[in-house]
Amino acid sequence: MSDLLKIADKTYKSRLLVGTGKYKDFTETRAAIDASGAEIITVAIRRTNIGQNAGEPSLLDYLPPEEFTYLPNTAGCYTADDAVRTLRLARELLDGHKLVKLEVLGDPNTLYPNMIETIAAAKTLVKDGFDVMVYCSDDPIIAKQLEEIGCVAVMPLASLIGSGMGILNPWNLQIIIENAKVPVLVDAGVGTASDAAIAMELGCQGILMNTAIAAAGNPVLMAGAMKKAVEAGREAYLAGRMPKKLYSASPSSPTTGLIS
Amino acid sequence: MLLIINGKSRSFEAANLSVAELVQHLELVGKRLAIERNGEIVPRSQFEATQLANGDKLEIVGAVGGG
Repeated sequence: MSDLLKIADKTYKSRLLVGTGKYKDFTETRAAIDASGAEIITVAIRRTNIGQNAGEPSLLDYLPPEEFTYLPNTAGCYTADDAVRTLRLARELLDGHKLVKLEVLGDPNTLYPNMIETIAAAKTLVKDGFDVMVYCSDDPIIAKQLEEIGCVAVMPLASLIGSGMGILNPWNLQIIIENAKVPVLVDAGVGTASDAAIAMELGCQGILMNTAIAAAGNPVLMAGAMKKAVEAGREAYLAGRMPKKLYSASPSSPTTGLIS
Repeated sequence: MLLIINGKSRSFEAANLSVAELVQHLELVGKRLAIERNGEIVPRSQFEATQLANGDKLEIVGAVGGG
C-alpha cells in the first residue's frame, strides 16, 4: 500500500521531518537524520562567519541539498518583515527553492508564535510564490485562516518549542485536523516516541521535531525510535482503533468449550 | 571604501569593488551563500555586475543547523 505524504505537489515516503540543530557535531547530525529516515530537513539562515575558519566544514557538506528536501526556517524572527526577508535570502541561497517553514515568534521565554505577524508574513510569502509550511498555535480558527491564505501545510505546536512536554491539547489538534484540507503536521513539543505515535494516531499527516532527537541521551537511537513511532502511529490511524469500552467486557477467547 | 558587513564595519583599500570581488576578498568563493545589499537581494548572477558603494550595508548569510 502506498501511503505517501503530499506537500505542495511533491510526495514523500517519510512522515517524519527533522531539524538539524543542537547536535554535538555534523557527524552526529548526519547519523541521526539517516536513522530517522527523514527526507525533509529544516535549516536556519544565519550570518556567515567572515574571515574566520575559511576551511571550516559546513552543514551542507554533511547534508547535501541534492539528497534532502531542505526546509529553510525563520527561527528567531519576531516580525513578519524579518521572516519574509529571511526566506527571500533562503530562496536565493537554495537556487530558487520554494518550500519554506514560516515561524514568527512572540516571546523569547516561551517561543510561542505571534500569529498576527505570522498571518501577515504568510500572506506576503504566498503572494511571492513560496510554498509555506506554517508553524502556528493550536487555535482551529487561526489554522483554517492560514489554510485559506494558501499555506501548503499547517503545523500547530503540541507544546512549546524544545519543551518535550508532549501532546497537551489533543482535542484542539483533532479539530484542526478534521477541518483541514491541507496536511496538518505537529511541529514542536514532542518529547519521546509515544508522543509522536499519539500525534499520528490523531490523524496528523506528519511530525516535525528537533530537540526530542538531538537532546536525547542517544540521539541516533532516538531518531530510529521516532521513525518507528511515526510509522506505527500512522498505521494505527489508518487501521482505525477499536472503540473504547469502559465496562462491556469482551473476552478474546471462546466462551464455550470450557472444561468442567 | 567602508562597508558594513553583517553588522560590522570593514574598510577596503580598493575604491571600486563589485560583489564578486568582495566575495573573493572575504575568502568566500565557492561557499553557498546569499547576499543582501541595503535590504535588497543581489542574485548570484549579478555578483560581477553589482558595484558596491561606500557605506553599503551587506548581509551575507548561509544555512546552519536549526529546527
